[in-house]
Amino acid sequence: MLTGKAFKFGDDISTDLIIPGKYSYLRSNLPELAKHVMEDADTTFVSRVKEGDFIVGGNNFGLGSSREHAPLVIKMAGVKAILAKSVARIFFRNAINLGLPVLICNTDEIKDGDTLEIDLQEGVITDKTNGKKLTFGKIPEVMLNILDEGGLLPYIEKHGDFKL
Amino acid sequence: MGKTIAEKILSAKSGVDAHAGDIVVAQIDLAFVQDTTGPLTVRQFQAAGFKKLAKNIKGAVFLDHGAPSQSRELSNDHMFLRQFSKDTGARLSDVGDGICHQIVAESLAKPGDLIVGSDSHTVTAGGLGAFACGMGSSDVAMAFGLGKNWFRVPESIKIEVSGKFSKGVNAKDLILFLIGQIGADGATYKSLEFAGPGLKNIPVSQRLTISNMAVEAGAKVGLFPSDDLTEKYLVERGRSNDFKPLAADPDAIYERAIKINLAKLEPMVSKPHTVDNTATAKELAGTKIQQVFIGTCTNGRLEDLEIVAEILKGKHRHPDTRLVIVPASREILLTATRLGYIQSILEAGGLILPPGCGACLGLHQGVIGDKEACLSTANRNFKGRMGSADGLVYLCNPATAAVSAIKGEITDPREFI
Repeated sequence: MLTGKAFKFGDDISTDLIIPGKYSYLRSNLPELAKHVMEDADTTFVSRVKEGDFIVGGNNFGLGSSREHAPLVIKMAGVKAILAKSVARIFFRNAINLGLPVLICNTDEIKDGDTLEIDLQEGVITDKTNGKKLTFGKIPEVMLNILDEGGLLPYIEKHGDFKL
Repeated sequence: MGKTIAEKILSAKSGVDAHAGDIVVAQIDLAFVQDTTGPLTVRQFQAAGFKKLAKNIKGAVFLDHGAPSQSRELSNDHMFLRQFSKDTGARLSDVGDGICHQIVAESLAKPGDLIVGSDSHTVTAGGLGAFACGMGSSDVAMAFGLGKNWFRVPESIKIEVSGKFSKGVNAKDLILFLIGQIGADGATYKSLEFAGPGLKNIPVSQRLTISNMAVEAGAKVGLFPSDDLTEKYLVERGRSNDFKPLAADPDAIYERAIKINLAKLEPMVSKPHTVDNTATAKELAGTKIQQVFIGTCTNGRLEDLEIVAEILKGKHRHPDTRLVIVPASREILLTATRLGYIQSILEAGGLILPPGCGACLGLHQGVIGDKEACLSTANRNFKGRMGSADGLVYLCNPATAAVSAIKGEITDPREFI
């Protein structure tokens, strides 16, 4: 069970909003890079987010670049899951490969600052602030297996290959 | 049951009779990284205990996003990637050689190939009939080490084109129009597959532009059949052995079909801050611009520079509008120099940057200031993309960019050519 606060964002949160290309030169210095997470979408995010919190987006979350640094800096900020109405393909795969769950659900009624409780096994999100329950879309089995191992690297280290 | 191009390639590479919705493990022909995603890829490769590239795979490293490097940190990343290339035999394309996607098209991609790159615009090679898709660093690291990865076979959307582009309109307008119609997530996880009699009027250089931007509709791949024009492109490059014909079966199943008559398209512009926020150049006429940026993996090819040079010849940029031009590869710069395009551009007050990504991703070489507007031939206009979160990026075709540089404001190019 995961419990944390929701940080609400709108539609089309691009990888340039998550971690702008202008900081590409910091990509081998991850602690420094992570100081800029979500900077162009909300300059206060990095100082307010706490271990265990969630990012809640709208449609097409993570569109744009293939930079795995985008889900990586989100994970480094302590975020335990991303909730969105829909998610861009490469971002989705990158987040799962880093062991960061991306849950597809109707996020309309979740407000910024709501306390959420997420049961990954049961597939249920409870908004403790408004009392409502949400279910999220099924993640393909191959991705669930990668997520279960904590990401692609531990998955390959354990299995030595892709097991379908 | 008939197959789409995506289904054919993934079936061939997985050894499974694959259809949309299936998940397969497929052998990869080419995997590549560039300088901003490469270091993480190499670290993941090393962390997984790999030392060599898988036997079946060709590996490549491109130093193009910071070319040349704008900082000590990036220079160190370049050194790290050059060492990886030495250690593993991955082909190195160094600073000044050009943009990964252009070089992949010029020298590496073949029809029917399965290609992955740690750059979202890897889709560009779909213009040659290669199933080429962008992935993150971990996925490309595993492709380097294992020579394969898992793929979900995408459903396909058929784009049936007819007719011929009118003057001042080209492939860029087709893809901007399409994205405006279906939205920036209109093809998420799908294959966009192009077909129809109009394809004979879209040469490979322009197909690459269309495939390049498939990802801006969320697509996994943007695929063209491999036909006479594909053969012409490969033969001209001394690569006739790399040609093979490839097309979807007549009874292939598509999720839906969209018909586009090329003759009816107009010069299009994407307004800030999403690519699907489209209008015609005519509707935006008069919008003042402080910089015109021509280049990138979308529109930095020789044919693009030819259009630009013809318009600029004997003219001059507007005094309030900077004109920044970046050829997509060394080969393009050499040929454009020989043909006099570079001379025309320089005499018109333009500046030429070394082949590479330039200011497209906001790292260096022409980033814009707060509230400045840049009219660009690139593929993305996201908030913050070109360096300032308060900057405005508009996307257009090369003719619109060149004419607008002369006028200092967005201008429909058909009025001048």
